[in-house]
Amino acid sequence: MGTTSVATELRLGLPGTDDHQMEEQALSSVRNNKRPSPDTVDDCGVQGKSEEVTPVAKAQIVGWPPIRSYRKNNLQQKKSESDIGAGIFVKVSMDGAPYLRKIDLKLYNGYSELLKALENMFKFTIGEYSEREGYKGSEFAPTYEDKDGDWMLVGDVPWDMFISSCKRLRIMKGSEARGLTSCGL
Amino acid sequence: MLKRMSYSSFPEDVLEHVFSFVQSDKDRNAISLVCKSWFEIERWCRRRIFVGNCYAVSPRMVIRRFPDVRSVELKGKPHFADFNLVPEGWGGHVYPWIYAMATGYPCLEEIRLKRMVVTDETLELIAKSFKNFKVLVLSSCEGFSTHGLAAIAANCRNLRELDLRESEVEDLSGNWLSHFPDTCTSLVALNIACVGSEVSFSALERLVGRSPCLRTLRLNRAVPLDKLANLLRRAPQLTELGTGAYSSDLRPEALSNLAGAFSGCKELKGMSGFWDVVPAYLPAIYPVCSGLTSLNLSYASIQSPDLIKLVSQCQNLQRLWVLDYIEDSGLEALAASCKDLQELRVFPSEPFGVEPNVSLTEQGLVCVSEGCPKLESVLYFCRRFSNDALVTIARNRPNMTRFRLCIIEPRTPDYLTHQPLDTGFGAIVENCKYLRRLSLSGLLTDLVFEYIGTYAKKLEMLSVAFAGESDLGLHHVLSGCEGLRKLEIRDCPFGDKALLANAAKLETMRSLWMSSCLVSLEACKLLGQKMPRLNVEVIDERGPLDSRPKSFPVEKLYIYRSVAGPRFDMPGFVWNMDEDSALRLS
Repeated sequence: MGTTSVATELRLGLPGTDDHQMEEQALSSVRNNKRPSPDTVDDCGVQGKSEEVTPVAKAQIVGWPPIRSYRKNNLQQKKSESDIGAGIFVKVSMDGAPYLRKIDLKLYNGYSELLKALENMFKFTIGEYSEREGYKGSEFAPTYEDKDGDWMLVGDVPWDMFISSCKRLRIMKGSEARGLTSCGL
Repeated sequence: MLKRMSYSSFPEDVLEHVFSFVQSDKDRNAISLVCKSWFEIERWCRRRIFVGNCYAVSPRMVIRRFPDVRSVELKGKPHFADFNLVPEGWGGHVYPWIYAMATGYPCLEEIRLKRMVVTDETLELIAKSFKNFKVLVLSSCEGFSTHGLAAIAANCRNLRELDLRESEVEDLSGNWLSHFPDTCTSLVALNIACVGSEVSFSALERLVGRSPCLRTLRLNRAVPLDKLANLLRRAPQLTELGTGAYSSDLRPEALSNLAGAFSGCKELKGMSGFWDVVPAYLPAIYPVCSGLTSLNLSYASIQSPDLIKLVSQCQNLQRLWVLDYIEDSGLEALAASCKDLQELRVFPSEPFGVEPNVSLTEQGLVCVSEGCPKLESVLYFCRRFSNDALVTIARNRPNMTRFRLCIIEPRTPDYLTHQPLDTGFGAIVENCKYLRRLSLSGLLTDLVFEYIGTYAKKLEMLSVAFAGESDLGLHHVLSGCEGLRKLEIRDCPFGDKALLANAAKLETMRSLWMSSCLVSLEACKLLGQKMPRLNVEVIDERGPLDSRPKSFPVEKLYIYRSVAGPRFDMPGFVWNMDEDSALRLS
């Protein structure tokens, strides 16, 4: 059982002669091995003692593991946090800059570190942050796109919540940025 | 003529007074069997009834026998409905019961339902039919919306408990809470944790403020953390609190304000909620930790170090529900700090992941079983186990009464020996003589069922999945477990023989569920015909039953004893196998 590799197969005959015929024979021997395919197994899904044909992509079994739906829904919302091991790389764009950058949010412990890094990367200054007025004192405002697709001002939510919901960053400039820093938000 | 002293010469009201001290259903049932007059006296003074399967008896029969009941508890769908194995529309409708009781029990005060379909119409009927209605508990129910809740709030003047435990509520408006009149000051328990939408916060604050007897308050996720302190200050007498989302943009003052509010709650015994928890805000609850006996952190995605910090302060903890982020190291700390622990539930944070995402193994549970002498109830999800570990746990904890182990990958063998886990579970049933509930997992042969049938004499509920090799397995359980009430089986090679050989046993049980097994339609029909006091229901969504050979296995089978006969509300994919149906089918 198992696949035969035509390239390494021992055969009589000069190299280059009739590969096709050999391949045909190899294939037919595999086909004739009567392994049960998933289609021929009982509808009830019980495979019995004989070995199962395990598909490459794991299919989820209905109702297994036995967890209530409200728990499952709760966990799905936390999916992004399972990437905690790997870095959280997000694209950063700056209005007017010719190309985007990418940063790993995991490298920073909080907003001040992140903002300083952005300032260095794009050579600009971010203003003073306040909850009421956003970023004051500069024509730039750091924003991010969250899980829901909304554009938010960086700094409003706790850091942990931010890194788990941030999909990309955009440093807004000019009148658009000023709009954000007013009480309009 | 000599007058013989007989029980019936005792004045009725004296007997009734004596009976009023007997509350357990079992004892009440025993009293009613002593003699005819005791039967009569008892039935008139029974105030509380529990119906474990709403289809086992009809509401009319219940009302006829017990004319003056004040508290009713009903259960509907089979347990596996929790895992989506029972198709939508199967049944469990409570309306017929409420309709009958609206006229039969006008003085009804308490309704407790589990896994039932409750419509807004039903809630409206409850609200207007029972003048002295006090307690509504809807556990894992569905079919109603916030409109129905508004009707309850508005009309039940003396409402004490509204508990929506894990029910599915259709969110039509958050305003329903405002329907509690200002005159309603009797609330003792309010659990709205499962309600998705925001409720009117000011209405909630006012309601809490005017409920001096409020002991249990479980908020929903939509109630933000910065509002919690105010609520707590209005209800310092709380014993059970479920927080809303435990994250916010809290300034340092707000955090210490919250801690202060918690310090004021000197009677807090249980906590839950903790959605989206930010570890930095957990110290706010440190003032109450030493008093906590119950902690539900199963929505809290915080890592082991933070969990250890928290749990080590809860030395009086009796019940802990937590995610597997706690890891073996956290469970070790738990075992060291919480010597009163009775119940532990560890849920998987990534149930569908192929690789383990946390370091939680059998070691954690072994540790707790060693360190916590009162541990008797376990629900544990993990990815590997060994017979050795099970034997150790069994020997450590012969007082175990509920043991549910879920090894996530079906048919996983002992990771050390690659053998089935028969011996391990065998040790559990042999050592834990008071075991009432057991759930199996991992690679298991018929042998484990032989052990269960031999030793598990007090077992009442057994859950089996992807286990066993032949009918012998099922036969061992049905013939050996004397106290068995509920048996639920999925994806096991159990078929006709064991079922038919143990038909009589099924009348001693509440119910049997079998799905994706090897029971043929023919056997179901035979069983249905042979046993008139059983409802043998075949659930099959593949189309009409006669479109397949009779020897073909049915998709799902639900068998339960009943004195009410076949039910009237079966949807198109459910067939009852009694005489009439059999004629129809053939």
